[in-house]
Amino acid sequence: MTVLLDAPVEKDTEVAGLLRLATAGSVDDGKSTLVGRLLYDTKSVLADQFEAVERTSRDRGLEQADLALLTDGLRSEREQGITIDVAYRYFATPRRRFILADTPGHVQYTRNMVTGASTAELAVILVDARKGLAEQTRRHTAVSALLRVPRVLLAVNKMDLVGFDKDRFHEIEADFAAYAGALGVEHFQALPVSALRGDNVVEPSADLAWFDGPTLLEYLENVPVQTEKRPDGRFPVQYVIRDQASDYRGYAGTVASGHLEVGDPIVVLPSGQRSTIAGIDLLGRAAGRAAAGQAATLLLADELDVSRGDLIAPADAAPTAVQDVVATVCHLSERPLNVGDRVLLKHTTRTVKAIVKEISAKLDISDPLAAASAARAGAGGEADEFDWDDEAPATHSLTANDIGRVVLRTASPILLEPYAADRETGSFLLIDPASGDTLTAGMSGDPLGVFS
Amino acid sequence: MSTLTHDESTPARTHLRTLEAEAVHIIREVAAEFERPVLLFSGGKDSIVMLHLALKAFAPAPLPFGLLHVDTGHNFPEVLATRDRTVAEHGLRLYVAHVQDYIDDGRLVERPDGTRNPLQTVPLLDAIGANKFDAVFGGGRRDEEKARAKERVFSLRDDFGQWDPKRQRPELWRLYNGRHRPGEHVRVFPLSNWTELDVWQYIAEQEIELPEIYYAHEREVFERGGMWLAPGEWGGPRQGEALQRRLVRYRTVGDMSCTGAVDSDAADIAAVIEEITASRITERGASRADDKLSEAAMEDRKKEGYF
Repeated sequence: MTVLLDAPVEKDTEVAGLLRLATAGSVDDGKSTLVGRLLYDTKSVLADQFEAVERTSRDRGLEQADLALLTDGLRSEREQGITIDVAYRYFATPRRRFILADTPGHVQYTRNMVTGASTAELAVILVDARKGLAEQTRRHTAVSALLRVPRVLLAVNKMDLVGFDKDRFHEIEADFAAYAGALGVEHFQALPVSALRGDNVVEPSADLAWFDGPTLLEYLENVPVQTEKRPDGRFPVQYVIRDQASDYRGYAGTVASGHLEVGDPIVVLPSGQRSTIAGIDLLGRAAGRAAAGQAATLLLADELDVSRGDLIAPADAAPTAVQDVVATVCHLSERPLNVGDRVLLKHTTRTVKAIVKEISAKLDISDPLAAASAARAGAGGEADEFDWDDEAPATHSLTANDIGRVVLRTASPILLEPYAADRETGSFLLIDPASGDTLTAGMSGDPLGVFS
Repeated sequence: MSTLTHDESTPARTHLRTLEAEAVHIIREVAAEFERPVLLFSGGKDSIVMLHLALKAFAPAPLPFGLLHVDTGHNFPEVLATRDRTVAEHGLRLYVAHVQDYIDDGRLVERPDGTRNPLQTVPLLDAIGANKFDAVFGGGRRDEEKARAKERVFSLRDDFGQWDPKRQRPELWRLYNGRHRPGEHVRVFPLSNWTELDVWQYIAEQEIELPEIYYAHEREVFERGGMWLAPGEWGGPRQGEALQRRLVRYRTVGDMSCTGAVDSDAADIAAVIEEITASRITERGASRADDKLSEAAMEDRKKEGYF
């Protein structure tokens, strides 16, 4: 269980204590079985939970406990026999704690996969070894690439049904490598497994003796997690802590990316006020440095007017405020998004009014590269109209699960950066001001590189 | 507040730093975006950990919101003592909603089995309405029960406090949407991603004080429905239920009528952690009779506004 991958260990990476991963695949690919197998084999399923599964399995006339039942949550899902939402699962080994976002596979649930992938450091995509890279595998990989999940693992499942055929695995692996590489996925790998039998999930399999890579769990335990993806500190101010008794005034927040150190000259945006970091408080402990993901309170050398929604950044590496936003979005709500809609845009700790100026293209997420190249060929490099129904220009709108390109104008400046460079400062939500519902997930710029 | 004395570089504990930072982020978001938050505080371990995190999130300033306890009238006295001591120590504001008041004036009727957990919903919603609380922190964890696995961190409740699985908002990145209409409120679960073991490891690391009934002690108990229940004013034991003295502890702390003790000799935190690590049964399976009613019991109660 301690076989280390030969993946290069990069600067600022570590075997983190906690890994967030998302799984995607349909019921047919055996995803629920795989997740159930991981939970069961890591002893994360306890006796009373397992008894309930055994009971239900017996009621359905099954001889063995159906591990997939471990991950079927809500009653409506049990009745329909499908997973319709993102469910979070927890398991641990002595090496690592795991938070698994279990997302459904069908195209009408693309938004759920987008949700699960948004916080994932690793996406595990399931494919049936008999079928190879199906349309939905391509979609899952594209969503992972769009959301900039740093690593994508292809679990080639049901190897038992192809006779544990080495050549079949390598064929699928090569297809996947070509596709994931073209989409710009940073790190990708493929593993052969049989979730039903447990081959190469937690224990190595004699039938897969030709495979010299890790088991799935070994991979999960050892895959590096890069906590700090770039040096430039980004600190969205969440809350101003004032204590009159101790004459304390600190700016509380979570470091979005990079790091900040005591003594750093900083600028507060969008106002442009400058100061120096006089102190950093990490939940009751004075520290010299705060890094991405840490909840911190910054003390500044000068008395400035700083409030929630401001951004503290290094004076010599600050982002530029924008009001015109071009973004790739995934529409989440049943209520469509239309040109002219007035919405709220939530970015880090700042919420501003915005108007939808353009919805210029919709993307076929099942094969974004083919769609993009077809558009380039057809329009002489102009991608604006690809995959667009010219017959009905009045329907320039996005409906649930659509991925598209939008142009927005905000009522006041935001410190939005390209999503490809930074998931935290490059992402935003669009919110319906009337109902308060979340409408759309936005990623600044063109993370897939298909719109330009 | 205890100071951190542990070695921050210990890799085995870095997951606690991640979970702690996430919980503090959520708590600060609520304090910044809501008018009148309140923290549900029962004196149980999850609410004590949640309060500990909230105090850290705003230190050295005082907590910018109060606590709310729904008192079933069948609480363990040790737990109430912890509640009152904690409130006094940190100078907190405590709101208490009494189930007993509702039974006394007929707004609620005692159940034949004496279980009062399901009766908490009405007093809770009344307290939320009367005090115009718009955000209510709960200590619920997604690992507790299947129906909670899909609960959002920010869980929108309508005018009747009801949870509609189909109306839950997707949560992406670190962006939590707390917008709500007048009359609606949001339940917020900062410990969503914690497991029972994480909670105990954090209690050990931060040296957080818990009610003593979480540790092994001798107690008069009787058996009902496969659990050890403690006798008390709530009604047990009935005829034919014999009292016996056993070495037990509680894995969860709730209404005395439906919270069972488990046989245990785990007398301190280290022993408890060892016991949980080796346990073959979930804490709710071990000690909550009310969840056993049906497979969908928790889902049904949540839809009605339970926490």
